Amino acid sequence: MKSESRLGAWIAMAIGTAYFLLPLIATFEFSLRMERGVYSFEAYRVVFADPQFQTTFGYSIVMALATILLGILLVVPTAYWVHLRLPKLRPIVEFITLLPLVIPAIVIVFGYLRMYNSSALIPLTGSERATDFLLVCSYVTLSLPYMYRSVDTGLRTIDVRTLTEAAEVLGANRATILFRVIFPNLTSAILSGAFLTFAIVIGEFTMASLLDRPAFGPYLQLIGANRAYEPSALAVIAFIITWASMGLINVFGRSKSAKPAH
Amino acid sequence: MPSQPAARKPVNLNILGVVPFAIFALMFLILPTSTLMVGAFQDANGHFTLENLRQLFDTNVRDAYWISFKISMVSSMGGGVLGFILAWAAVLGKLPAWIRPTLLTFSGVASNFAGVPLAFAFLSTLGRLGLVTVLLRSWFDINIYSTGFSILSFVGLTITYLYFQIPLMVLIVTPALEGLKKEWREACDCLGGTTFQYWRFVALPVLWPSIVGATLLLFANAFGAVATAYALTGSALNIVPIMLYAQIRGDVLHNPNLGYAMALGMIVITGLANTGYMVLRSRSDKRRA
Amino acid sequence: MAFLEISNLQKRFAGHTAVHDFSIDIDKGEFVTFLGPSGCGKTTILRMLAGFEAPSAGNIVFDGKNVTHVPTNQRNVGMVFQSYALFPNMTVAENIGFGLKVANMAKPTMDARVKEMLALIKLDSLADRYPWQMSGGQQQRVALARAIANKPKVLLLDEPLSALDAKIRIALREEIRVLQRALDITTVFVTHDQEEALSISDRIVVLNEGRGEQIGTPSEIYNYPRTRFVASFIGTLNQLPATVLDAGTGILSIAGHRATTSQPLGGLRNGQPCMVAIRPEAIHFGTDKNTMAAVVDEVNFLGSIVRIRTNVAGLEGEAGAVISLDVFNDPNQPPPQRGAAVTLCFSSENLLVLA
Repeated sequence: MKSESRLGAWIAMAIGTAYFLLPLIATFEFSLRMERGVYSFEAYRVVFADPQFQTTFGYSIVMALATILLGILLVVPTAYWVHLRLPKLRPIVEFITLLPLVIPAIVIVFGYLRMYNSSALIPLTGSERATDFLLVCSYVTLSLPYMYRSVDTGLRTIDVRTLTEAAEVLGANRATILFRVIFPNLTSAILSGAFLTFAIVIGEFTMASLLDRPAFGPYLQLIGANRAYEPSALAVIAFIITWASMGLINVFGRSKSAKPAH
Repeated sequence: MPSQPAARKPVNLNILGVVPFAIFALMFLILPTSTLMVGAFQDANGHFTLENLRQLFDTNVRDAYWISFKISMVSSMGGGVLGFILAWAAVLGKLPAWIRPTLLTFSGVASNFAGVPLAFAFLSTLGRLGLVTVLLRSWFDINIYSTGFSILSFVGLTITYLYFQIPLMVLIVTPALEGLKKEWREACDCLGGTTFQYWRFVALPVLWPSIVGATLLLFANAFGAVATAYALTGSALNIVPIMLYAQIRGDVLHNPNLGYAMALGMIVITGLANTGYMVLRSRSDKRRA
Repeated sequence: MAFLEISNLQKRFAGHTAVHDFSIDIDKGEFVTFLGPSGCGKTTILRMLAGFEAPSAGNIVFDGKNVTHVPTNQRNVGMVFQSYALFPNMTVAENIGFGLKVANMAKPTMDARVKEMLALIKLDSLADRYPWQMSGGQQQRVALARAIANKPKVLLLDEPLSALDAKIRIALREEIRVLQRALDITTVFVTHDQEEALSISDRIVVLNEGRGEQIGTPSEIYNYPRTRFVASFIGTLNQLPATVLDAGTGILSIAGHRATTSQPLGGLRNGQPCMVAIRPEAIHFGTDKNTMAAVVDEVNFLGSIVRIRTNVAGLEGEAGAVISLDVFNDPNQPPPQRGAAVTLCFSSENLLVLA
């Protein structure tokens, strides 16, 4: 009976590995085929030289950093406050942070367009900068579940209450406690959330496309529609970025959350 | 001197702490979604109507919902079964110890690797010039495209969706499998039970809330996905998110309120699926305690 | 022929041997306890009896049938786990009836037997409860009922009481014993708690590092420990270094004092050092056969017993120079004060020489 499970398990693993590795290998192989008859990195050269690549990739990186910053500033104090002073509100706050997982991104951005279009009260789609701001907010919304869960777990681990009380006894005020005591102890949780956010924002398509911003996601889709080999090179690059981000998360602390991706 | 009701003041200040979060949530999550839901019940002049909801059942839209439903159903059940088998193999299959953490790490990455790059990856694999297509032709003389298969189809999209559905299932179901106490199996053995009886009477009954719950989550996940479909099948496969995308972009339905109704339909479906997941999860959590 | 025969059982894991050449014969209806610290191999032996581990060498025979390589589900053993291991998706009644269901027993017979078991463990009213709705003690009783419902050949219990509160532990171990006697099931009980072992076993096997150090009745184990390990594991024991003066007549020198033991010293030569042991309850104040002068160091009031710790005169601070004695609490005769000089005495029968 024992050797039987082994065989079935090995077969399952083998098939699973094949299914998951083949597309990666195939993509990489395809990306090397740009020059007829010989394997080369021509596709990558073309991609990196494309000014569009540079602008959109740069744009997405800036967006990602802005999202991470805004996300941290929004989530960490809130999580800390709820943890410490308003435990009764915890379920409500948690429920709100889970809403972006339930409401599809396309619906959220649809809501933005209806609510913040040029003829509305707050015409955020009126100018480019304002739309950029709207995009960052949409990204913060998308990454909210992961950022909050990461910070919340971190807070639970470090026993916030006792740390705060110890700091208060030693004479610190609220701001000092937050920035000098809590933040440093939450670094690994914050970094986990940050890298996850980075991975989400870099490849994001729906929001950027419907808000008409020059981000990396829509650029990817455009290349895919028009070119043959460059898309696979881009896919390889995207995969490496995602892998690197997740790898860094593992380095800074285990993250069991998975993003339902689009 | 009358004593001050000191309790009041601190509570007020405490609430202030969550005001930024509340404002953000309202402005960028709750209100936008609400305006959509309200808009679903309005006509062009802003008056209350159920006409939009009725129009959801018109051929066009109804077909889109049906295709979406089918694809979500197939990819979530397929992902559910396959993901469960993989997780079972890693946790209970008596494989070398390094396989489980590797599978979990990979699943964490793979469940994020979706959208446009994933579409490209599968085009490179099973597209007309894809690696697997070419290898099947040159090694085994099998031309999959002659059988009518195409990566740019319902089947192709489902296969592509599985790439993030299976890892998601693995991530959710692995803790449940690890929660199966080894002593239950041993107790069952002592009482004379076979492997089949163990799974039928003990393991599967204990696991099914997690399995069904996870499948529901997968369903919701697939239903709301748009980027992968857009990059792979484009408007060739008219699923609800694609239709909604086109509607947002260019009002192809010539009725903005119908678009809101479609969005409402999506929220209802994903909301129901997620609620199902949470109910089942709390049930299995209670049992474990 | 014994009912349960274990011969030369051995278990090797990669790198170390968990069980060395273990043998024992157990009679039908006997209650034997495997006692020892963690890692001594007692659970490994139990698991080999159940069939969860395959022995590296040796044989196991149940009622004349060699089951060494028979799979667990064909051995008809009952097992009670430390963590209860009740199936969480089944009610109490369904748990108890599981073995019967698996054996395709007819429903009426099955129901009758489940009812019988419920009455035996006195939980009739909880038949439709789920495990998570019950306390630890109740769950363990259900686990017990489940294990014996099948009328197993051998009942195995793996530290069943370790996860329970002290009071429940004592009550439940009595219940287990009563039940076991009534049903006359051959039982092997594993524990690290020596009080448990002493109170309910017919025989005890003391294990250490994969070897059986001594097999005997509770009284034998307690009063006549054969090795240093058994002596220090069971009860509290005073162990003192001594030198043999005359092996023929059993005269020893303990810390400069002459003492006589009635235990044969065959095998020891004159002048050879050895280890002796005396139980605290065997020592009194007085001038009986063997005496030692000592100074009272600490007096601990434990309720019915007063434990007095003394330092042997002249050897304060040295290892082996501490002797504890227990006296019954008597309010009319208070124990000596700290620092008082006293004379301890004990009989030769109570002076044990350890291997």
